[in-house]
Amino acid sequence: MRFFEKLKERLFKSNARIEQGVDAILVEERVVDDALLEELEDLLVQADFGVNVAQRASAAVAEGRFGKSVPAEEVKRLLAAEVARTLAPVARPLPLYAKRPQVILVVGVNGGGKTTTVGKLASQLKSAGKSVVVAAADTFRAAAVEQLKIWGQRAGVPVIAKTEGADAAGVAYDALREAQERGADVLLIDTAGRLQNRGDLMAELDKILRVLQKLDPTAPHNVLLVLDATVGQNALSQVEIFQKIAKVSGLIMTKLDGTAKGGVLVALAEKFGLPIHAVGVGEAIDDLQPFEAQEFARALTGAKAL
Amino acid sequence: MFENLSERLSGVFDKLTRQGALTEADVDAAMREVRLALLDADVALPVARDFIARAREKAVGHTVLKSITPGQQVVKIVHDELVATLGGEGDKAGEIDIGSPPAPILMVGLQGSGKTTSTAKIAKRLTEKGRKRVLMASLDTRRPAAMEQLAILGGQVGVDVLPIIAGQDPVAIAKRAMTQAHLGGYDVVMLDTAGRLHIDAELMTEVQAVKAAVKPHETLLVVDSLTGQDAVNVAREFDGQVGVSGVVLTRMDGDGRGGAALSMRAVTGKPIKLIGVGEKMDALEEFHPERVAGRILGMGDIVALVEKAQETIEQREAERMAKRMAKGLFDLNDLHAQLEQMRKLGGVKGMMEMLPGMGKMAGKIDESKMDDKVIRRQIAMIQSMTKKERKNPDLLQASRKKRVAAGAGVEVSEINKLLKMHRQMADMMKKMGKMGKSGLMRGGLSSLLGKAGMPQGADPSALGAPPPGLPGGTLSGLRLPPNLTGLGRRKP
Ligand SMILES: Nc1nc2c(ncn2[C@@H]2O[C@H](COP(=O)(O)OP(=O)(O)OP(=O)(O)O)[C@@H](O)[C@H]2O)c(=O)[nH]1
Ligand SMILES: [Mg+2]
Repeated sequence: MRFFEKLKERLFKSNARIEQGVDAILVEERVVDDALLEELEDLLVQADFGVNVAQRASAAVAEGRFGKSVPAEEVKRLLAAEVARTLAPVARPLPLYAKRPQVILVVGVNGGGKTTTVGKLASQLKSAGKSVVVAAADTFRAAAVEQLKIWGQRAGVPVIAKTEGADAAGVAYDALREAQERGADVLLIDTAGRLQNRGDLMAELDKILRVLQKLDPTAPHNVLLVLDATVGQNALSQVEIFQKIAKVSGLIMTKLDGTAKGGVLVALAEKFGLPIHAVGVGEAIDDLQPFEAQEFARALTGAKAL
Repeated sequence: MFENLSERLSGVFDKLTRQGALTEADVDAAMREVRLALLDADVALPVARDFIARAREKAVGHTVLKSITPGQQVVKIVHDELVATLGGEGDKAGEIDIGSPPAPILMVGLQGSGKTTSTAKIAKRLTEKGRKRVLMASLDTRRPAAMEQLAILGGQVGVDVLPIIAGQDPVAIAKRAMTQAHLGGYDVVMLDTAGRLHIDAELMTEVQAVKAAVKPHETLLVVDSLTGQDAVNVAREFDGQVGVSGVVLTRMDGDGRGGAALSMRAVTGKPIKLIGVGEKMDALEEFHPERVAGRILGMGDIVALVEKAQETIEQREAERMAKRMAKGLFDLNDLHAQLEQMRKLGGVKGMMEMLPGMGKMAGKIDESKMDDKVIRRQIAMIQSMTKKERKNPDLLQASRKKRVAAGAGVEVSEINKLLKMHRQMADMMKKMGKMGKSGLMRGGLSSLLGKAGMPQGADPSALGAPPPGLPGGTLSGLRLPPNLTGLGRRKP
């Protein structure tokens, strides 16, 4: 349960501001009126909920309470409950299958934390007793292979790589074959960062998917989209396009140890309903935590209990 | 994807007539939509709020041009304000301070914002465009293979990279880079640092120590243009704790609306120096406020449309003036129109620069401080007069002058100067009226300007602070031939 403790502590730290925000507009008790609604909405907007979702969530808090006086703690609780209600259905751990090797492809825009997340996942899966192989399919970015190799060492798992500039799909193909030969349980594939509006680079992802299917028609078994918590409403476009082209099966949000609140997850949950598996809360190898809807909601709002 | 602002606004303004000035209610309705557009574009809320307040002030009471809708007029006002805010005053796009070599440049920012790539891109630009000798060094002792990444990029762009010595701390590496630069005769030292969270006290202290050790000429904050509301925190903390001199916005080739640009500019007050527009090493551009403004608002065509409408109005006005001028008529309304025109053209200096052979004169005007402010004061004085007074300046006797002076916040003596200037100009117009319209056109500016290139006979003191050897007061008398109005337009 150490991970869980850490998540709580870090999320609470990072989200202290929204809590302060709620405290600032709610001195002990306040009547629920338009002004309060607007202030709540503003707070949620500042947490990257996006205007529409912020409006809906604050309206939900006010429902049936208009004109009534409500204690601050209660407003926080209501807000947290509303957020948790939306997120609970998508808070699901990374599914593990009997299929060997289970192929997990990690995708996302540049600098979001893909390689780091691959390292963290490899380490966790290995501690869970799985035999893990990692593939360095980012053949584009300078020293990306080096970076992943170091993560492989840290996690104590083998890294399959070719030289920089090699065909990414080729690396993925070779890696899957090797993982099959080794009888590995899990193959994690790190890919180069790409902006979702780059058609050519998205086509490369599609190609990776296709070559994997030559060896295993059921692969990849998971496609994880890594989202950076500091990104705002563009996350919606990222999910939409990556899902369409790379058949994203789940999300991981990184950098929640900063001051970014990641409220866009609520909008994403409403719009796409994709599972959110885990959150990154630091740069160290064990800084990857399962995503927990209630905990996240509570951290976001500063509510003490749900 | 996003509904664009002009569509939104057209809904708001459907009910309104196309005439008159924008009322508070119109503007408030429009600003609600503007607010949504800004927030959709990820402009940080406090920044959006301030911006709206400013734009609102500018918009209330603004007249709506005939050929466009009130919504379009608001878009234009908002757009212009956005361009002004993004661009700031005197920001020189793409300029990096590399005086007194070796000039250290420190790159800072959050994890994954694009520091290393930007470091190499800037180094390449300085090497190729600026013909500078650049040395790069990675102070990123934390992220695996970060140093190797910079070394590889150095090889790709043909820029030297400080050799890696394992185990050195960032301050030691920075000092070593500076020593190396002195010895090796480098002009610029680009220092790439590890990504860090602004709430990580230990790492913020580390970068402060680096800064103290090398005293960089520039500290550039590298920010992902896709950043959301957190942009304010990042900007405030990095600027507050480390002090930044400029911003580099990365991933502008993405499909984000780029609201972070406004947040960064507003919170730090520092210029956006460069933008990253791709993964290739030459994908680095200067920042163009007007492009980003259109993107943030989700529109672009409207602005061009309103500008066109404005142009036609100016054209019409110019024709009207030409007619009056041909008749030798010139009242204070005409003077007012002229001053407005000049102000729009960038003041006397801007106008002179555009006239052939007058570039040198522009420099003198610069010295004279006869700038926008003087013109604005004169405009204010005329605006404080009644319609009748403007038509017939002779009405302006002692008590009326006092009232006008009080209204414009000036001394009566300044009113006198203005009236004197007007009288002299009106006299000149009368003379020209006799010359006839055709004569004026043929003679063009030279017939107006006389041998010395300037009109004769007006009182230089009329404009307040005349430059030596330049009869300042008569500059306003310089007539713009109607066909020049189009020319004078300063395209953004
Ligand atoms: N604070 C914090 N930093 C993180 C987290 N996850 C990743 N990072 C950092 O973010 C930076 C980028 O991470 P990478 O794993 O290299 O990201 P990437 O998506 O593989 O990047 P590219 O391959 O270049 O597209 C590194 O400095 C990481 O240490 C996190 O959860 N919190
Ligand atoms: Mg990577």
